[in-house]
Amino acid sequence: MGEKVVEVKNLSMKYNLAKEGKISLKNYFKKVKNRELLFQEFWALEDVSFDVEKGDRLAILGLNGAGKSTLLKAIAGVIKPSKGTVKTKGKIVPLLELSGGFTGSYTGRENIFLRGAMLGFSTKYMEEHFKEIVNFSGLKDFLDVPVDNYSSGMKARLGFSISTVVNPDILILDEVLSVGDAKFKKKSFSKMMNLIENNDTTVLFVSHSISQVKELCDKAILLEKGELIMKGNVEEVCEKYEEIVNS
Amino acid sequence: MSFEFITNNRFLLNFKKYKYLLYELIKKNIKLTYRRSSLGLFWTFLSPLLYTIVLTIIFSTFFKRSIENYPVYLLCGRLLFDFFSNGTKTAMRSLKSAGIIKRIYVPKYIFPLANVIGNYVMFLVSLSVLVLLVIVTGLNLTWNGFFVIIPFILIFLLTLGVGLVLATVVIFVRDVQHLWGVFTTLLMWGSAIFYPVTTVPEKYRFLFDINPVFNAIDMVRNSLMYGIPPTSFQILYVFGFSMVFLIAGVILLYKYQDKFILYI
Repeated sequence: MGEKVVEVKNLSMKYNLAKEGKISLKNYFKKVKNRELLFQEFWALEDVSFDVEKGDRLAILGLNGAGKSTLLKAIAGVIKPSKGTVKTKGKIVPLLELSGGFTGSYTGRENIFLRGAMLGFSTKYMEEHFKEIVNFSGLKDFLDVPVDNYSSGMKARLGFSISTVVNPDILILDEVLSVGDAKFKKKSFSKMMNLIENNDTTVLFVSHSISQVKELCDKAILLEKGELIMKGNVEEVCEKYEEIVNS
Repeated sequence: MSFEFITNNRFLLNFKKYKYLLYELIKKNIKLTYRRSSLGLFWTFLSPLLYTIVLTIIFSTFFKRSIENYPVYLLCGRLLFDFFSNGTKTAMRSLKSAGIIKRIYVPKYIFPLANVIGNYVMFLVSLSVLVLLVIVTGLNLTWNGFFVIIPFILIFLLTLGVGLVLATVVIFVRDVQHLWGVFTTLLMWGSAIFYPVTTVPEKYRFLFDINPVFNAIDMVRNSLMYGIPPTSFQILYVFGFSMVFLIAGVILLYKYQDKFILYI
């Protein structure tokens, strides 16, 4: 079979829910005394292990709060696992929360270069692909307008267009296909299919839409309350997921 | 099969990949400072000039006897202090407002670094006012004037060090942001920017001696205005101070960078 490109081993992610309160010694001792510290830990993921091989199109299914987004962020390297390891190979392009992270008072044009640099592209590379990004996003007339004045759909389109300008080895998609209007949705879906089919791209896909999952993916894993409860063929896992949803 | 650890060992190794980001962020910091003002970057030149003119009119009558060339005296202090104050302030806020690190992996140190460098570039531009005033006031420059380069480098290291420490600390303890505002005001009065140190009673003079910002300003004034090269003690003191903060800043950032995302 193909080589492993993502290896998730005994991954656990812990969040501390107690961080809302004031950081003070008094509060700390109060919590130790009341044994609150132990109860305020929240494990978003617990002991999750799986491998993804090159060319796999893996769907990650689960209800809200099952840990899907946390898992993707751990794979994208945005958060560090509390326990366990995540190893990846190749160029990862994460498409997470696309409409955010722009500099509001910066124009669309400036944001394209800034975001490109954040993704690790050189200025020259961005100049070469600038036209392509602009054309795909359909924002040609708004390039010199501050992003603050963009609609959320426009921001998402811009984010999508910049992130997909490279040919990634691993593409991480978190609900991104619900971006923009119907026309852009269609366009982005076909662009994604293009990326995937032409380059043997590995895809990690999170969606609540079963039909999209079945169309795009061949394998799936199912998360429930942070635990991996099933992995395998997309059809079987989807069946199980629907059972949970309907129960 | 060679796997790449995604979260480990990326601190400095990827600098080459992210040098474009550093460049873009520096550009952004400079551009956004004067965005939508019609004079733009020219303000970097104009604002210290106007400030100097106003304060010279007000204060030169008070300190006429003790300070020879008041405009240059004032400007030396004001430019260095402004860089320190703006640099640390923006570096402190840089990580807190970098929401992008929730979405994409980016080395964290880039943000405070870009802010300090951006401010330094504006500082260097504003030095043109100093050059102008030195010429206009007909200051007698000596070769020792070239020693100003030393405090100019030192103030950069100091600002970067303090900025790095603040950037990390402020994420976990937000109160620091407000405290720092008060502290910089205090520091401004403790840096003898528009009055001579000789007006301060002898027993409080040590407060100026331990203030690294004042030491840097003092070195600039000595070499530029009086033709006295900085003492090696002064250089070592400010350098040591900066290094302590720089090292502490790097260690703090390295140690806590994985937790930032949970707090911003």
